[in-house]
Amino acid sequence: MTNDEIVLAIKDIIATIAPDEDLAHLKMDVRLREQIELDSMDFLDIVMELRKRYGVQVPEQDYMELATLDGCVKYLGPKLADKQLKLASRA
Amino acid sequence: MRYDALIIGAGLSGLGAGIRLAQFGKRVAILEKHTLWGGLNSFYKLGGRRFDSGLHALTNYAPRGERTKPLGRILRQLRIDHDELALGEQSWSAVRFPGIELRFSNDLALLRSEIARAFPGEVAAFERLLADLPGYERLDGTNSGRSARAELSGRFRDPLLVEMLLCPLCYYGGAREHDLDWEPFAILFRAVFLEGFARPSGGIRPVLDVLVKRFKAEGGELRLRAGVARIVVEGGAERGADRELGRGRVRGVVLESGEELEAEHVYSSAGWVETLALCPREHLRGAGPIEPGPLSFFESLTVTAEEPRALGFDGTAIFFNDSPRFDYRSPDGLVDPRSGVICTPNNYATSEPLTEGLLRVTLLASHAHWRALDPERYVAEKARAAELALAAAARFAFDVRGKAIFQDTFTPLTIERFTGHVGGAVYGSAHKRPDGKTGIDGLSLIGTDQGFVGIVGALLSGITVVNRRELEAAGSAS
Ligand SMILES: Cc1cc2nc3c(=O)[nH]c(=O)nc-3n(C[C@H](O)[C@H](O)[C@H](O)COP(=O)(O)OP(=O)(O)OC[C@H]3O[C@@H](n4cnc5c(N)ncnc54)[C@H](O)[C@@H]3O)c2cc1C
Repeated sequence: MTNDEIVLAIKDIIATIAPDEDLAHLKMDVRLREQIELDSMDFLDIVMELRKRYGVQVPEQDYMELATLDGCVKYLGPKLADKQLKLASRA
Repeated sequence: MRYDALIIGAGLSGLGAGIRLAQFGKRVAILEKHTLWGGLNSFYKLGGRRFDSGLHALTNYAPRGERTKPLGRILRQLRIDHDELALGEQSWSAVRFPGIELRFSNDLALLRSEIARAFPGEVAAFERLLADLPGYERLDGTNSGRSARAELSGRFRDPLLVEMLLCPLCYYGGAREHDLDWEPFAILFRAVFLEGFARPSGGIRPVLDVLVKRFKAEGGELRLRAGVARIVVEGGAERGADRELGRGRVRGVVLESGEELEAEHVYSSAGWVETLALCPREHLRGAGPIEPGPLSFFESLTVTAEEPRALGFDGTAIFFNDSPRFDYRSPDGLVDPRSGVICTPNNYATSEPLTEGLLRVTLLASHAHWRALDPERYVAEKARAAELALAAAARFAFDVRGKAIFQDTFTPLTIERFTGHVGGAVYGSAHKRPDGKTGIDGLSLIGTDQGFVGIVGALLSGITVVNRRELEAAGSAS
């Protein structure tokens, strides 16, 4: 996956978890929780989907790395490099 | 056959937990003793009609999009669309004591104006209560053991207001006599007074269908007529900590058919006492006072050709008490007709209107007294208790006497028989286990005896216990 595809992958997962959020204008460098309503349980769901879709494990102490989209790209880049993008949201 | 997780019971907590586990990619099965799912909130057919066994009101109503409220959180976590529940809001409900009424609806403005009208001297104290309560809502279920009655008595000068606030909240979630704990009071206050009541169009059945469909779509397996006879535990049975089972690790379960199922983790919604009874004896040392819950109910259902509106009643639920003091305890006789809940599904704004009238009346009832009756007396006493229930309804809401075209009743024995809850204790044991832990590794408690009750509460309980465990697993996997 390219960096752009990683952003797409994360947005698609968020769209599955929170179908009524508008994700078009998400900023890369601002914490996701400040832009849309996500609580700690939602992060658990993001991690759960990453594991289900891409077989990627994210231990709990690394959850903070996923706070922004930039953070997601940086942290997940190496882990997703050889994975195919899978889109599943109804959006 | 080896599972990642087995769930005992296909009630709302079991279904909530099951969906979450399946979403986490676990190989999971729900094992239900009965032929139907839903547990305390199931459905049945009688005399050609469909009935819900335990649906008065879905509490915690929140409109679409309110994602931080309990209902919104549940729907989001289970990935169920708000529209799938097809909720219709209540008209209004009320607490009625002799000569005084407090109405409330899903709009807090109504209750505020009622307090100002009926208890003008308490307005400031009520506002303070509204401001303070959210700070006591503990989603992790923890509990300081403070008495809600004592706390409210310190805040209000008029004891009548204290009783009137306690009455509906005890009926919709009080597991112990006379009182509620303060943190559960805060949660129930939100459920009933701040968020209020709704009814899924078509009753509980479509909601259960949505949950079961979701569970199966995520890959879960639902096994009916699969009563668990024993929980298999291996390893040490040292003395457990206070109210804990002696250590050891769960290996799986044995079904009533004799079939053995292995599992990494077992979640039980059967109740604390009931779950203990499934565990090996040597693990019970240290399990603390093993008392079933003290409270159960009698319920009468009366079908009329005319709808309640035509009989002069346009409200939803009436919580009544016939004296200034509310006595929430197991009665000295079969039922206690002095207080109760009167409600009808007809006056919700659901998309699919009902064709007949239905009146439900709930009274406190004593399991021990009902159990002592021989079969003949039992039938006669059911009819007598139903008369008391309808007399109370006539006095506090509306009169259907002489207009019934069909009637059904159930007692603490019925509840015990169909849900396995010892003593017919609808709200379970007076001692809750907020973290769901039992002392045995790999055995968790969900539902009623974890602490959250009601439809929304039970779902939340199943979801929360699973989430917490998955978080712990994520923490230790690294
Ligand atoms: C008359 C009545 C009216 C109610 N009205 C409302 C209402 O209007 N609104 C509201 O929110 N709540 C209401 N409730 C409360 C609500 O129904 C319960 O709090 C909720 O359904 C509890 O869910 P649960 O999953 O914790 O437990 P349960 O529903 O009791 O589920 C436990 C399940 O486990 C199964 N089981 C037990 N032992 C075994 C075993 N050994 N092997 C296999 N399976 C087993 C049982 O058969 C049952 O299906 C009402 C309850 C009653 C009885």
